[in-house]
Amino acid sequence: MRTLVQTLLASGFFGRNTPYDLVAAIAVFVLSAAVFLGVAFPFAGIVSWVERRVWARIQSRVGPNRVGPNGFLQWLADGVKHVCKEDIVPTDADPVLFKMAPYLVVLAFVLPWAVMPFSSALILADLNVGILYMTAVTAITVVGVLMAGWASNDKWSLIGGIRSAAQIVSYEIPAGLSIFPVVLMTGTLSMQGIIRAQGWAPQHWFLFANPFTFVAANILFISALAEGNRTPFDLPEAESELVAGFATEYSGMRYLFFFMAEWGNLFIIGAIIATLFLGGWQFPRVSNNPVVMNVLELITFNVKVLFLVFVSMWVRGTLPRVRIDQLMTLCWKYFVPIAFANMIGTAIWVAIWPEGNPVAGYIMFAAGIVVAIVFIRRVVFYAKRSQMELYYYPTI
Amino acid sequence: MNTLRTEEMTLNMGPQHPSTHGVLRFIVRADGEVMREAVPDVGYLHRSIEKIAEKVGYHGFMPYTDRVDYVCAMFTNQGWGMACEKLAGIEVPRRGEYCRVIAAEFNRIASHLLSVGTMAMDIGAMTPFTHAIREREMINDLIEELCGARLTFNYMRIGGVGFDLPPGWREKALAYLDHFDPILEEYNALISYNKIYIERLANVGVIAADDAVNYNLVGPNLRACGVKWDIRKDIPYSVYPDFEFEVPIGSGQWGTLGDAMDRYMVRIREMAESSKILRQALKQLPPGSVLAKVPRNFKPPAGECQIRVESARGDMGWYVVSDGTAFPWRVHVRTGSFAAMGITQKLSRGLMIADLVTLIASLDVIAPEIDR
Repeated sequence: MRTLVQTLLASGFFGRNTPYDLVAAIAVFVLSAAVFLGVAFPFAGIVSWVERRVWARIQSRVGPNRVGPNGFLQWLADGVKHVCKEDIVPTDADPVLFKMAPYLVVLAFVLPWAVMPFSSALILADLNVGILYMTAVTAITVVGVLMAGWASNDKWSLIGGIRSAAQIVSYEIPAGLSIFPVVLMTGTLSMQGIIRAQGWAPQHWFLFANPFTFVAANILFISALAEGNRTPFDLPEAESELVAGFATEYSGMRYLFFFMAEWGNLFIIGAIIATLFLGGWQFPRVSNNPVVMNVLELITFNVKVLFLVFVSMWVRGTLPRVRIDQLMTLCWKYFVPIAFANMIGTAIWVAIWPEGNPVAGYIMFAAGIVVAIVFIRRVVFYAKRSQMELYYYPTI
Repeated sequence: MNTLRTEEMTLNMGPQHPSTHGVLRFIVRADGEVMREAVPDVGYLHRSIEKIAEKVGYHGFMPYTDRVDYVCAMFTNQGWGMACEKLAGIEVPRRGEYCRVIAAEFNRIASHLLSVGTMAMDIGAMTPFTHAIREREMINDLIEELCGARLTFNYMRIGGVGFDLPPGWREKALAYLDHFDPILEEYNALISYNKIYIERLANVGVIAADDAVNYNLVGPNLRACGVKWDIRKDIPYSVYPDFEFEVPIGSGQWGTLGDAMDRYMVRIREMAESSKILRQALKQLPPGSVLAKVPRNFKPPAGECQIRVESARGDMGWYVVSDGTAFPWRVHVRTGSFAAMGITQKLSRGLMIADLVTLIASLDVIAPEIDR
C-alpha cells in the first residue's frame, strides 16, 4: 500500500503539493470499493441465484432458468429491476432513519470483508484482533434492522425489528463463547494466526481437535444462522406471520439491500466457521511458487465456505421456523450453559495437553466419517423408499 | 419507582395478510408477542350464493355450488345433488354413486394435501408445501381427465354424475394411489415428525371435546378432540357402507388431546383412509349408467329437506325448501369453516402471534366457505 501511494505521488497525477495522507485515503477508498463492488456484491447476487436453484431442487421445482445460461444472470436482472423501482418512503415514517437503515445493514455486511483470510497472502488487513473485529462489526446489523423496524412506523415492522434485536443480541453470546475455545488453544485473535495453528488435514482441524471444539463449532454455526436471520430462525422476516417483518415498508433498492446483506452474510458465516474450525485456506505445500500456492489456498478456502453456504441453504429448505419463546429458550437455557461448559472443558484440555492431543484428532475424525456414512445411508434409504425417480438434471 | 408503562397494541391482521388464506381478518389485541384476544371479522367473501340459488333454478345452481368451497368442490356438488334427489325422490344409479365417491375421495385427498401443505408453510417450512402441491397437481390432472376442470369441477348432476370414467382412467387412478402411499410416508418423514414442527404444534390451540361439541366443530377439527363422529360412518349416505375404513381420531400423543398437532395428524391419517376407500371403490366399480333420468324442467314437489355430507372440512349440511316451482324457495348451507372461525376468539387468548397463524392453519379455514 505504501509503495503504491508513493508510486502514485511520484507519477505527478495528483499534482505537485498533494499531501501523502490524501492520496493514501483515496487509494484505500478506491481499493476497498473495488473489493466490495467486485467481490462482495456479486457474491451476494450469485448466492441469491444459487440459493433459488438449490431451493428449487429441494422443492422439486425448476427455479429461475431464463436469464443467461441456467438463469445465472437472474441476480443482475433482479438488481436492475429493483433499481428501476420507485423508492417509496411512507408518509408517517421517519424519513432520515428510514433511508439510513439499509445502509447500516449493508455496512455490517461489507466491514467483515476487511479481515477475510482468502489465502496466506490475500487479506486486506490481518488485524491482531481479527475475529473480535468480525463479531463486533457483524453486530451492527441489529442497529440497522431495529432502525428499519422503528422508522417504518408500521406495527408489523416494529415487531420484526424488536424480534430481530432480541434474537441477534441473545445469540451473540453463545457465538462469542464458542469462539473462545479456539482462542484459548491458539492464544491469538488474528484470523491468519488461527488458520496457521491448524493443518491442511482434517485431523488437524480444530473441529476435531477435541470434543469441546466440535460442540463449539456446531453451536457457532447455529448461532450464526440465528444472527443472520436464516431459517429456522427467520422470525424477524417471517412472511406468514409478519408480512415481511422489518422490510415490510421498503421497496426498490433499499429492500434489496436487506436481502443482499442476508445473502452476503452467508459467506461471512461460512468464513468464520471455516477459519476457526475447518483449517481455513490450509493446503498441502505442493509448490514453492507463492502464486500457485495462493491460488490453491484461495480455492480451498472458497470450497469450504461454499460448502457451509450450501448447508445453510439445505437447512433453509428443510426446517420449519421456531417460535420466539422457543428461540430464547434454546439460546439461554441450552446454548449459553453448553458454551460455557465448552470453554471450561477446553481450558482443562489445554492445561493437560498444551500442544494438543494428536490421537484425539484422529479419533474424532474417524467418528465424523462414521456419522457421515450413517447419514448418507439414511438419505439413500428414504430416497429408495419414496420410490420417486431422483430427477437430477442440474441444467434444466 | 414507577413500573414501566406498557400498552396493548391493536394489530389488524388481514384482510390482506399472507397467513390468512383468502380474505380473513382478525383484530388482534397483543401485549408484545402475546395475544390478549383475536377477534375474527368475517364477511369479506360474502357472495350471496344462497340467494343466487333462488334465481337460477335447480340444475343451474350446480356450478355455483363449486364456489361455496372451491378447495373441495366435489362435496358441495354432491350435497346439492343429494338434496335435490331427496326432494324429488330420485334414485341415483349405483355406478353414479361410485363415481361420486371416487371423485369426492380424490378431492378429499387434494383438499387435505393443500391443508397440510399450507400449514407447514405457515409454520415456516417451504418445502413440504411444494411437495404437497405436486401431489395435488397429479390429482387435479386425474380429475381434469374425468370432468374437464381442475378446481371448480361441476362434475355431478342431479341424479348422478356428468361423465362416466374415461377409458383407462381406473388404471391411472390405481397407479396414482400406489405412488401416493409411499409419498405420504415421505411427507411424514420430511415434516410431520420434525422436532421443531411438533414443538410448534403440540399444546397449541387445545380444544376440549365439550367445547368442540358446544362450538359445533365438525370434521377433522372435531375428531382431533377425540370425538368419533363421521357422517360417512354414523349417518351413512351414498355407497359408503360398502367400504371398510377407519375414522382416525386425535390421540394426544404429542401434547394435549385436541391440539393443533392432533388436527394435523388426523388429516394425514384421513388421507391414508381415503386412499383405502378409493382402492375398494375402484375395485368394486359396478357397470351400468351413471346418470338417472331427470327431467330438464326439474320441479320437485313442495317440501323441505336437509342432507348431510362429510366434506373435507366436515359435516356440510344442505337445507332446501321447495315450493313446487322450478326455483328453490330457500337454500341454506351449513359449513364447517364458519363454526371453526367462531372458536378462534376463545382459543386465541394467551397465545403468541405466531400461534394464531398455526391456529388458523390447523382449523383449515377456507374463506369462501365461511361467508358463502
